[in-house]
Amino acid sequence: MISLSQYLIVAALLFGIGMAGIIINRKNIIILLMSIELILLAVNTNFIAFSYFLDNVVGQIFVFFILTVAAAEAAIGLAIMVVLFRKRGTLEVQDLDLLKG
Amino acid sequence: MENNLLSIALIIIALPLTGAIIAGLFGKLIGRSATHTVTISLVGISFLLACYLFKLIVLDGQPAVDGIVYQWIQSGSFSLNIGLLVDRLSATLVFVVTFVSLMVHIYTIGYMADDPGYQRFFSYVSLFTFAMLTLVLANNFLLLFFGWEGVGLVSYLLIGFWFKREAAVFGSLKAFLVNRIGDIGFVLAIAAILMLFGQLDYAHVFNNVNSILDKTIHVFPGVTPPAITVICVLLFIGAMAKSAQVPLHVWLPESMEGPTPISALIHAATMVTAGIYMVARMSPLFEYSEVTLSLVIAIGATTCFFMGLLAVFHHDIKRVIAYSTLSQLGYMTVALGASAYDAAIFHLLTHAFFKALLFLAAGSVIIALHHEQDMRKMGGLASYMPITYLTFGIGALALAAIPPFAGFYSKDAIIEAVKLSSIPGAGYAYFCVVAGAFITPLYIFRAFFLTFHGEEHLDPEAKKHLQESPWVVLIPLIALAVPSIIAGGILIGPMLFSDPKLLGDSIFVLPQHDVLTKLAVDYQGATAMAVHASHTWTFWLAISGIVAAWMFNMRFTDFAEKLKQRFSWVYKIMVSKYGFDDFNQIVFVRGTRRIGSFFYKVSDLMMIDGIFVNGSGRLIVWFSQVSKRVQSGYLYQYALVMIAGLLFFLGWLLLGF
Repeated sequence: MISLSQYLIVAALLFGIGMAGIIINRKNIIILLMSIELILLAVNTNFIAFSYFLDNVVGQIFVFFILTVAAAEAAIGLAIMVVLFRKRGTLEVQDLDLLKG
Repeated sequence: MENNLLSIALIIIALPLTGAIIAGLFGKLIGRSATHTVTISLVGISFLLACYLFKLIVLDGQPAVDGIVYQWIQSGSFSLNIGLLVDRLSATLVFVVTFVSLMVHIYTIGYMADDPGYQRFFSYVSLFTFAMLTLVLANNFLLLFFGWEGVGLVSYLLIGFWFKREAAVFGSLKAFLVNRIGDIGFVLAIAAILMLFGQLDYAHVFNNVNSILDKTIHVFPGVTPPAITVICVLLFIGAMAKSAQVPLHVWLPESMEGPTPISALIHAATMVTAGIYMVARMSPLFEYSEVTLSLVIAIGATTCFFMGLLAVFHHDIKRVIAYSTLSQLGYMTVALGASAYDAAIFHLLTHAFFKALLFLAAGSVIIALHHEQDMRKMGGLASYMPITYLTFGIGALALAAIPPFAGFYSKDAIIEAVKLSSIPGAGYAYFCVVAGAFITPLYIFRAFFLTFHGEEHLDPEAKKHLQESPWVVLIPLIALAVPSIIAGGILIGPMLFSDPKLLGDSIFVLPQHDVLTKLAVDYQGATAMAVHASHTWTFWLAISGIVAAWMFNMRFTDFAEKLKQRFSWVYKIMVSKYGFDDFNQIVFVRGTRRIGSFFYKVSDLMMIDGIFVNGSGRLIVWFSQVSKRVQSGYLYQYALVMIAGLLFFLGWLLLGF
């Protein structure tokens, strides 16, 4: 039997990998999007684990919502990226520094 | 009657001011001849009223009037009034001031004829007359100070009248700065008087002198001189600057850069004698401070002898007369120190006449030679300018104290008074004034011979136009020559030896200081005094001075040249004017500049500009340069910061600190 804490550890690892992906990644902006997806998956894992162990379905319903939103977000994100690539010819994170002071 | 006298005095003051305003503001509008007509007629009326005042107060013996024109300041128990004091002393001085001023006004028509600043000049001279009359007629210390500063201001303006000449600007600045030193003393004295007496009216102060005699003022830690000494010394410092006594005399020779009428009016006859007038007016204070009287007599004696000596070595005719003025002011100061205030004022009067005469005559020579002042380029002018020659000669004889000219009586009275004085320092002063009796004729007749006799060293160009000056120049000369001859003989009796004296109770002398009363025992009348002169050795000193001047400059010029080479070190000291100017230039001027440039560099450039102004700007630039790195524009950095923040607050929440 897999305990709750083991699920939570996996979720935390996923979250950590996603976070590290955002921070360490300086190359491709697609990896950034993937990292965000990972973070969302970590959250979903938590939701499902808690839902199962606490016998509460609300968590699983939440997961469906999150998945939907994540799909929509990914679609929009990718669309922006296509436009960005057309505009600037690159997707390097280091070149996207328009917010620089 | 009182009110009448007061209004007359007020009109006397107001008329020159009106003239100054008209000439100053509307001079360009009304033109040259209208300007001089207006100012001269206003000063002329002033002079006539002054004569009337003189007759009423001095000759008819009407009591002095001390009246308030209006109240200026009322603050608690302290009130300050604009008030006039018309007594024998001020009436006499007003008479002299308006007379000389009128003469100078007339003379100016000739002297400044070609000058573009004609109207401005008349405006200044009238303004000066106004300020000087205020000074003389004031009945309290603050109004006196107003007049005092007024004449100082106009003196500054007039020395720098030709403001395109560097020397004139330098001279005017020097006069202004040196006079500031005296003003510090004067202001401090006024402050001390206000502190001790609570009021600034002469009458109140003089009546209550006894109440402060045992008081002291704490000057430095451990130094608490009597209050009266502090006040008198400070007042005398003011007088020293205005009346050009050593070591504050340095501005007077430089003031000769101004036009000659001004040298006659301001720097010989009236303004420079303001210090003498002030001390005489304050005689009720000075009498109680023997220390100050000793200081006065010592300073006066030093000025009298050593400045007279300098006159022998100058070649500029105006500078010679300027040093002579210094020397004569020294005589007056010596008389003040010997408590012979009447003699000082007497010498002031005669000096005003003959020194103004000498200056105006020198000015007449200067215009005839087209502004040439170097006596080495003159000579033999007697035949070209007979009236100037004659009047200059009269002035020189009066200055040299040859009987029966005016200077003889006043100077002899001073010398005799000093002889009888028992003030510490009187012995030294006696030596100086007697030596001065030899020096005075030496320098003035040196100027006289070099200018009017001997070989002609004239510029050939100037010689073509050489002629006697116009009548507007000659009339004042003649008008001043008359009192230079007779004023002494007429005035000595009433001024010094009658009872009551001409100046009456304006002057206060303690019985133990009263040298003039002692002197009166031997006095047998003006004529007898002149006849008796041949038995006094001061007379023979004066004669030998004239002879020496003739010998050195006319007859045995080689001998003078040899002396100059033999005693070249003496000559160097004399030419450098005892080094006063160099000392001031090095210590004060250069020192002030050094301090100034130090503060300019350190506090202005470094502190204010460097640290506060540019520094704060640079600090903000630096700070923004550092903080802008935070905004790198990279998403991953922003995310890191967000996570760090999140962790921080999460930790805070969980650990609960």
